[in-house]
Amino acid sequence: MSLLNLERVVKRFGGLTAVNEFSTTLEEGELCALIGPNGSGKTTIFNLITGIYEPTEGDIAFDGKAITGQRPDTIAGLGIARTFQNIRLFHGLDVLENVLVGHHLRLKAGPLAATLGLPAYVKEETEMREKGMELLESLHLGELAHEVATSLPYGQQRKLEIARALATNPKLLLLDEPAAGMNQTESRELMDFILHILDTFDLTVFLIEHQMRVVMGICPRIIVIDHGETIAEGAPQEIQNNPRVIEAYLGVGDYA
Amino acid sequence: MDMKWNRNTILTLVALVVFAGFLYYAQNHFNYYVLRIMNLCAIFTIFAVTFNLIFGYTGQFSLGHAGFAAVGAYAAALLTMSVAQKEANFFLKPILPFLANIEWHFLPSLFMAGIMAAIVALIVGGPALRLRGDYLAMATLGFGEIIRVVFVNTQRLTNGSLGLKGIPEYTTLYWSWGAALLTIFVLKRLVNSSYGRALRAVRDDEVAAEALGVRLFYHKILAFVVSSFFVGVAGGLLANLISTIDPKVFLFTLSYQIVGIAVMGGMGSLTGSTIAACLYTVFLEVLRPIESPFNIGSLRVPGVPGMRMVLFSALLLFVILFYRKGIFGGKEFTWDGLFSVVKRLGNRLRKKPPAPVAAGDEEVER
Repeated sequence: MSLLNLERVVKRFGGLTAVNEFSTTLEEGELCALIGPNGSGKTTIFNLITGIYEPTEGDIAFDGKAITGQRPDTIAGLGIARTFQNIRLFHGLDVLENVLVGHHLRLKAGPLAATLGLPAYVKEETEMREKGMELLESLHLGELAHEVATSLPYGQQRKLEIARALATNPKLLLLDEPAAGMNQTESRELMDFILHILDTFDLTVFLIEHQMRVVMGICPRIIVIDHGETIAEGAPQEIQNNPRVIEAYLGVGDYA
Repeated sequence: MDMKWNRNTILTLVALVVFAGFLYYAQNHFNYYVLRIMNLCAIFTIFAVTFNLIFGYTGQFSLGHAGFAAVGAYAAALLTMSVAQKEANFFLKPILPFLANIEWHFLPSLFMAGIMAAIVALIVGGPALRLRGDYLAMATLGFGEIIRVVFVNTQRLTNGSLGLKGIPEYTTLYWSWGAALLTIFVLKRLVNSSYGRALRAVRDDEVAAEALGVRLFYHKILAFVVSSFFVGVAGGLLANLISTIDPKVFLFTLSYQIVGIAVMGGMGSLTGSTIAACLYTVFLEVLRPIESPFNIGSLRVPGVPGMRMVLFSALLLFVILFYRKGIFGGKEFTWDGLFSVVKRLGNRLRKKPPAPVAAGDEEVER
């Protein structure tokens, strides 16, 4: 059964068409990469899926439900989590608290119960903390639990952002340029990390990458877009040799 | 761990008992003027900590405190005034019939004052909290002014600009500080809960918070309404303290003062707000002489009313420029923190006893 389905999605900002008739389908358990040059509309597609933008035209369905035009928090509740290209951690919270915010949407106790510290709330809070610590430990962030989130080294911040997204217990994880600003070794490590969570958390991962070679090794399927349109889709080898992809990345050689 | 928790709980209880004893002594031995100032300290503490919940914790810059305080003050005043006093007050136009013959006890009146303010907050917050940053500040500032103008013109409800006189002086230190401690306790519990984390997440990054499933609007309204409830209670305490209110008591300058206090205390620190509120109220009284004529050497300075406010503004500027984090800078008072400070100072400095205010309230739930 397909998990995510985008059907001829269009997004226009005034006269600029950022995404033009973009369609794709993600199967459960898949690891798929979305690549393209700068400004090709990759992040816009993520923003459309997560409800930050509303599509001008087209439909988005997740897990059999139409989610077009829903609020981001509703979509997060349905099981789509994401990270951001420029890391967006909560700087006033420590590492564990950042993760706990991800648990907040499953909290059943109301604010009054939480303020009064009723047993029902205390139980949920304790469970939340246990699960949060478990998650951090499984991602080797356990010993950093009480550090201020933004004081972590860059690579760890990236990891924490992924951990925080995982805390919402998503079915689909969207990673926006997780390897941005990393050297080759670091991004290699990160890709292993992504493969690891894909296995352990029963996830579907859709990731944006700017550099083609980062995803070549690990993603069985790659979608290439340019100027908001899909120009190629398929296995890494097909993509690599596709003339339109080469053109989009390197430009046309012949100026005559 | 358990031992420590016990020690802190005992210390907190001791501090609370000491503070209650102090209040008892003060209420029975201090003169009217000092009591007035101490009551105002408590009321301004409520104003400052609630502002901190909206701005310091949730990041929504609201200037509506004066308006909510006005709602609470009028509600409490109209509910507690005697039937005869109401008749005497409303001589131009008669009071609305449903208010004419009621005289409530203080506790339900204060509660009602809070509820009324919370309801108004819900109505105002609906549209206003969809705005961000400066626009929210503008809208809430406008709301405060609108409330005031409405109160001037709804003569049968508020007696217009004549105001209300002869409000029973029910507010004692027990009421005012009781309400202040309760406010701090509730706010502390709230911000330490999962909801508090969500509020801080909204403050730090709305986009990320929403992407993690935090309902932005719900959480903003939550902070706004909870704050306004206590602001309404504080307004009621104020009305029953000063016994005379009119719409001018709740000018927008009141909201500015509250912002100033909260900034000086440190955003995101309830301890800071409490201490700053007390310092501010006391200093305003201490500085009273500078508004009357005085001599600097041979230079004669004429009395300028409002001179204290000039000093206050200068102080605020100083804080913003050189000490941006305020007195407590987002930290809270804790017994552990106090002990480590005491240890660090070692024998070189005298051991400083904790201020009963901060000691009593910040640790209650730990």
